[in-house]
Amino acid sequence: MIKLGVPSKGRLMEKTFDWFDKRGITLTRTGSDREYAGAVEGVEGVALVLLSAGEVPRELAAGHIHLGVTGTDLIHEKLPLWEQQVEPLAEMGFGHADLVLAVPRGWVDVDLTDDLDAVAAAFRATHGFRLRIATKYHRLVRDFLRDAGVADYAIVDSQGATEGTVANETAEAIADITSSGETLRANHLKILSDGLILASQATLWRSRTAAVDDTDRAVLRALVDRLI
Amino acid sequence: MTDTRQRAYALRARFAQMGAQVVEPPVLQPAGLLLDLYGEDIRARAYVTSDALRGEQMLRPDFTVPVVQMHMAHGAEPARYTYAGEVFRRQEDDPERASEYLQVGYEVFDRTDPAAADAEVFALISEVTAPLGLRASTGDIGILMAAVDGLDTSDRRKAALRRHIWRPRRFRALLDRFSGRVPQPETRAALLAGKTATDAPLTGLRSQAEIDARIAALRADAAEPPIAAAQMECLDALLNVRETLPFALSQLHDLSVDLPAIRPAVKRLDARAKALAARQIDIDSLEFETSYGRTSMEYYDGFVFGFYADGRPDLPPVASGGRYDALTRRLGQGAEIPAVGAVIRPGLLVDLERAQ
Repeated sequence: MIKLGVPSKGRLMEKTFDWFDKRGITLTRTGSDREYAGAVEGVEGVALVLLSAGEVPRELAAGHIHLGVTGTDLIHEKLPLWEQQVEPLAEMGFGHADLVLAVPRGWVDVDLTDDLDAVAAAFRATHGFRLRIATKYHRLVRDFLRDAGVADYAIVDSQGATEGTVANETAEAIADITSSGETLRANHLKILSDGLILASQATLWRSRTAAVDDTDRAVLRALVDRLI
Repeated sequence: MTDTRQRAYALRARFAQMGAQVVEPPVLQPAGLLLDLYGEDIRARAYVTSDALRGEQMLRPDFTVPVVQMHMAHGAEPARYTYAGEVFRRQEDDPERASEYLQVGYEVFDRTDPAAADAEVFALISEVTAPLGLRASTGDIGILMAAVDGLDTSDRRKAALRRHIWRPRRFRALLDRFSGRVPQPETRAALLAGKTATDAPLTGLRSQAEIDARIAALRADAAEPPIAAAQMECLDALLNVRETLPFALSQLHDLSVDLPAIRPAVKRLDARAKALAARQIDIDSLEFETSYGRTSMEYYDGFVFGFYADGRPDLPPVASGGRYDALTRRLGQGAEIPAVGAVIRPGLLVDLERAQ
């Protein structure tokens, strides 16, 4: 049986269902609203697994599911050496979200990561601690800043309401997902001109580690042929 | 006891024969100090854990920092230390590399003759790895630091360059801008022309005064003439020195005519070469590279070296070390002492011997 992991709620689930529907495969949630069970019609030998989008990377890497739908951002953040564990099959054209680095709009002297680095050095000298960047994407942000040559910063974990951390003075800058930039503007933040860390969208991934027998392989091939 | 552990203790015993005191720093190190020294990047390399009482702790990523701390707190002078134990390194990019391995080290805190101390450490590592015929690479971060200090440009620019000596790409980008090889970004020009305004209220801890101070500094910098082309050529030539030690020395002597600031550092390299020769190191075939060691951990500020197994590019250096005078200053709360040390990986020694 080929297991297909799909986000279990919200717009991401609906759009995923639509995407498969357009390709002649009907995914449905079965049972009560609270029960995470699903059904697949239009193709034999495929089972639907509903789970949180954040768990899809781990389940793909562990080989518990053969195919999975989740954002590029989550795959890159959660799976080191992700290319060895999963293969992107199709970008699905929704769930667009950019992981960006943003600073207060009042910082008229800062437009590039280059400026941020200079400000970080001065900030540390003035305040005695490193310039704090609030994010939940620790690894992606750290790798990005290392490549950009930014030093003297500290990452502070923020699992929600990240845009508010600057006004609350628990961070000086943030790195978060944005789709329209509305929340950033409302919180008087601006994106650095070279501050795009990752452009993410919902993507269909294949696990490189999930076990397949001959039947599974044939089902998988036929399914992928229809999808992309 | 495994072969590797036996070998580790044998090496430590050999180092103790040199008069080194055996020390055993704890595995758990306070994270704050390591983060202060290395910045956030250390999190990608070290395992971080925590408890409610002590806060964030790291599984020791190396021994040098705790040994320096211990010495600066209550060490007698001069001092030699040795240790053997596990270090822990997160591996996010290469699953083949060990995340936990034994390291044996030898550290010398001695202000009488730094060149002799450099040679002592190098010769000792050379001796214990001799049967494997490893290739040694050497460098000297102090020469590049001296060259930066000697540039005819503002202190602000020199400080920016010094801060990024260990990030070669960023260092290069700064140099390109300070020398006018690359124009300043458009947004910077707009800012300096006073064309950048915002209606947004200022949020966060960074104050208007800090912003104004930076703009004033940027204006001052814009008025600063570019670093002269001749100096840039010398600096490029310096960064490209890669020769056997005697030839490297002769090139550096030539360069010091135009970069007089590097003279003391070149003199120290001269003294080191003599001290190495006195310890029967074949300096005529010893590689020297000015840029060597610039991407490693950023506490070395003078002599740096590594020992590599030829034909095994997959392996990290079997042994490595260098001088870290600045680290003793940083951790010494006013005190400082010239210090040099090296670590060796007995696990790699044992593996390579088996393969022979």
